[in-house]
Amino acid sequence: MKERLVQLDVLRYNPDTDTEAHFQRYEVMCQEEWVVLDALNKVKESIDPTLNYRWSCHMAVCGSCGMMINGEPKLSCHTFLRDYPGVIRVEPLTHFPVERDLVTAPDDFMEKLKRVKPYVIAKQKKPIEEGEYKQTPAQLMKFRQYSMCINCMLCYAACPEYGLTPHFVGPAALTLAHRYNLDSRDEGRKERMEVVATKEGVWECTFVGACSEVCPAQVDPASALQQLKIVGSIDWIVEHLLPGGKP
Amino acid sequence: METVSTDVVIVGAGGAGLRAAIALAETAPTLRIALISKVYPMRSHTCAAEGGAAGVIKPDDSFDFHFHDTVGGGDWLSDQDCVEYFIHEAPKELLQLEHWGCPWNREADGSVAVRPFGGMKKQRTWFAADKSGFHILHTLFQTSLQFPSITRFDEYFGLDLLMHDGRCRGITAMEMRSGELRQFHAKAVIIAGGGAGRMFPFSTNGAIKTGDGIAMAYRAGAPLKDMEFVQYHPTGLPNTGSLLTEACRGEGGILTNKHGRRYLQDYGMGPETPVGKPQLKTMELGPRDRLSQAYWHELQKGNTVSTQWGECVLLDMRHLGAKKIRERLPLVHELAESYLGVDIIKDPVPIRPVVHYMMGGISTNTAAATPLPGLFAAGECACVSLNGANRLGSNSLVELLVFGRRAALSAIDYLQTVPALDASSLNAAADTTRQRIEALYNRNDGVESMSGLRREMMDTMEKNVGIYRNEAGLQEGVNKIHELRARYTRVKLTDRSRVFNTDLFQILELGSMLDCAEAVTVGALARRESRGAHQRLDYVDRDDTNFLRHTMVHRQGADLPRVDYLDVVITRSPPGVRDYSGDHK
Repeated sequence: MKERLVQLDVLRYNPDTDTEAHFQRYEVMCQEEWVVLDALNKVKESIDPTLNYRWSCHMAVCGSCGMMINGEPKLSCHTFLRDYPGVIRVEPLTHFPVERDLVTAPDDFMEKLKRVKPYVIAKQKKPIEEGEYKQTPAQLMKFRQYSMCINCMLCYAACPEYGLTPHFVGPAALTLAHRYNLDSRDEGRKERMEVVATKEGVWECTFVGACSEVCPAQVDPASALQQLKIVGSIDWIVEHLLPGGKP
Repeated sequence: METVSTDVVIVGAGGAGLRAAIALAETAPTLRIALISKVYPMRSHTCAAEGGAAGVIKPDDSFDFHFHDTVGGGDWLSDQDCVEYFIHEAPKELLQLEHWGCPWNREADGSVAVRPFGGMKKQRTWFAADKSGFHILHTLFQTSLQFPSITRFDEYFGLDLLMHDGRCRGITAMEMRSGELRQFHAKAVIIAGGGAGRMFPFSTNGAIKTGDGIAMAYRAGAPLKDMEFVQYHPTGLPNTGSLLTEACRGEGGILTNKHGRRYLQDYGMGPETPVGKPQLKTMELGPRDRLSQAYWHELQKGNTVSTQWGECVLLDMRHLGAKKIRERLPLVHELAESYLGVDIIKDPVPIRPVVHYMMGGISTNTAAATPLPGLFAAGECACVSLNGANRLGSNSLVELLVFGRRAALSAIDYLQTVPALDASSLNAAADTTRQRIEALYNRNDGVESMSGLRREMMDTMEKNVGIYRNEAGLQEGVNKIHELRARYTRVKLTDRSRVFNTDLFQILELGSMLDCAEAVTVGALARRESRGAHQRLDYVDRDDTNFLRHTMVHRQGADLPRVDYLDVVITRSPPGVRDYSGDHK
């Protein structure tokens, strides 16, 4: 197995003792096929137990280990050392307050996710005894891609709009709103659009597309937001320009 | 220490914990629910389950079939009253998830699709591509957001149960971001904290799977049941241990050795079936314990393939074709490609067995109740005796739902009977937690490193408590884990900060894992037979005369635990032969 000495510059911050964040250099022998998370784990295990970061699944599905790697938002469990020949700079996910070292506070995202009502809203509940809602593969494919979001928040770190205007609901939460809007079992679009089709919602998005570039689950939030804008515009036209129109 | 008063505390916010929370909120909307987890709910390890969830739904299937598959799959160590309850609840729970928006794969007519799975006589595994657990978890989490009575305490590390007069009355926990302790006072507690697969070095389990909930109940006096039954999943990536779902074989993938032989036919699972035409309960669709054991024998015979990641066998899915692989197994395709550099469309992927799931856990009955009044448990942390000596793939995601809900309903019944308690009665118990944490911070004689002890524990479990076990190895394992528990009392906390101190969390997790590891080794040493996932080279046969019983392990402080036994509930299926050969009836 090929090995290599990897140099990591990790941004450290402890609110108990530090007035500001500072970089710390670690040098650690790593296998060539490892990911950045493996290198961090080796540092923590063999060099510095006081280094703090989150991780769990090591297969890019739990969304815990988002961080900035050489300035880009990445899942450290899916960022391969082979793609980083030089010193690797590791920082906490940007646009979120830092709790300590690489651990950021996701409170704002959690609140926004809840605000878009990401659950099936049905006017009348169908009893379980009546079986499943029929949904054809084509109906499923309309929304499935948007249901793949792992809530890793890389898209918030990548989004320049969210950096400038923190009240922006943001890519992942809006995409999940769209996911439920598109679900044939759902009847909650109107309720959701009250949050979504607002200045804090999709109209804040300037379609930079960075969210889709960094998404590790190929969700393509940018496309969801563009579709939401179209839906919002049609609703507006129906409501304001058509006689007796109700969206 | 600040006190949070609530009605029900749930520890763990994965599949079982979320299902319990929703059931409580729907059934008894006036109850206050505190949902405590050391991670944000969507980080819970339920997200990593891939293949699917079993429930009888298709016309050619029957509850009887699911019953017998589960009981035989578990080598008759399942409690049959529990299995009976489970199989009937399973489709209801899966339909409930469907109504909540879970993106199950569909047939052309819009009905739910099912796929074949190991040890199952009929196709009954509901699936959402190969991200079934992920979708179940997110559907539950997102659904839970609409209930105002659920108050989440995300990133609160659960520490100790608060006991009073023999009843469980709450829990102490640490807010991870501040390091501050809280006591949660409740009338009932539901533990849904997951398994402890991280006690082994090579595991599909995420870093968070350290058995904290199991150890918490064990320390409070709850017995652990059947802990020696540890499931090795036959197909893990040889370097990271990531799971390649059983659906790989359900869809038609085959296993071959270095001679290209489909070696499962040499271990009672043949005759060989045509490539691309998987036959249920035969060859690659045998149960996980049998397949992992077959790998071990191939290794002894020198039939495995030597790779840079160690000895492997090959999982060949090329004949499925690019379209089916991309449609049905996209995650597997991606995992093998990125972590191993193998494109499963073009090449067979090297794999080897990997620790995946604990059949054992906190002893519960079919009502999800532990022997401690006020304490309930569900999911992998519990042993409700559904899975017996070997769990069938796709039964555990349903177990989370069925028994998560059942724990909630049982807790609601129990609440009617709980006497009132003066809040100050729990202060002394809560203070014990505070002292335990302060002792770690104030100790200056700590000499043992957390990572050193953890490494020794993992190595011991792999060497002595693996797929095949024997008396000498197990005795050595018991001695070693007991020694590590003693040395753990002198573990050193390097990081003395109070803020998000993962050095501290890892030390606490190690304590949980050592308790679990001791229960596993002691149970395995005492069980002198081979059954399901517990295989002894010195006692090769199943022994129904002496061991058709559940192992019950009771903690005895710093001493070795005490072991006794509980009879298995047999209702309508007397112990028989597990037949996974092609000509089974």
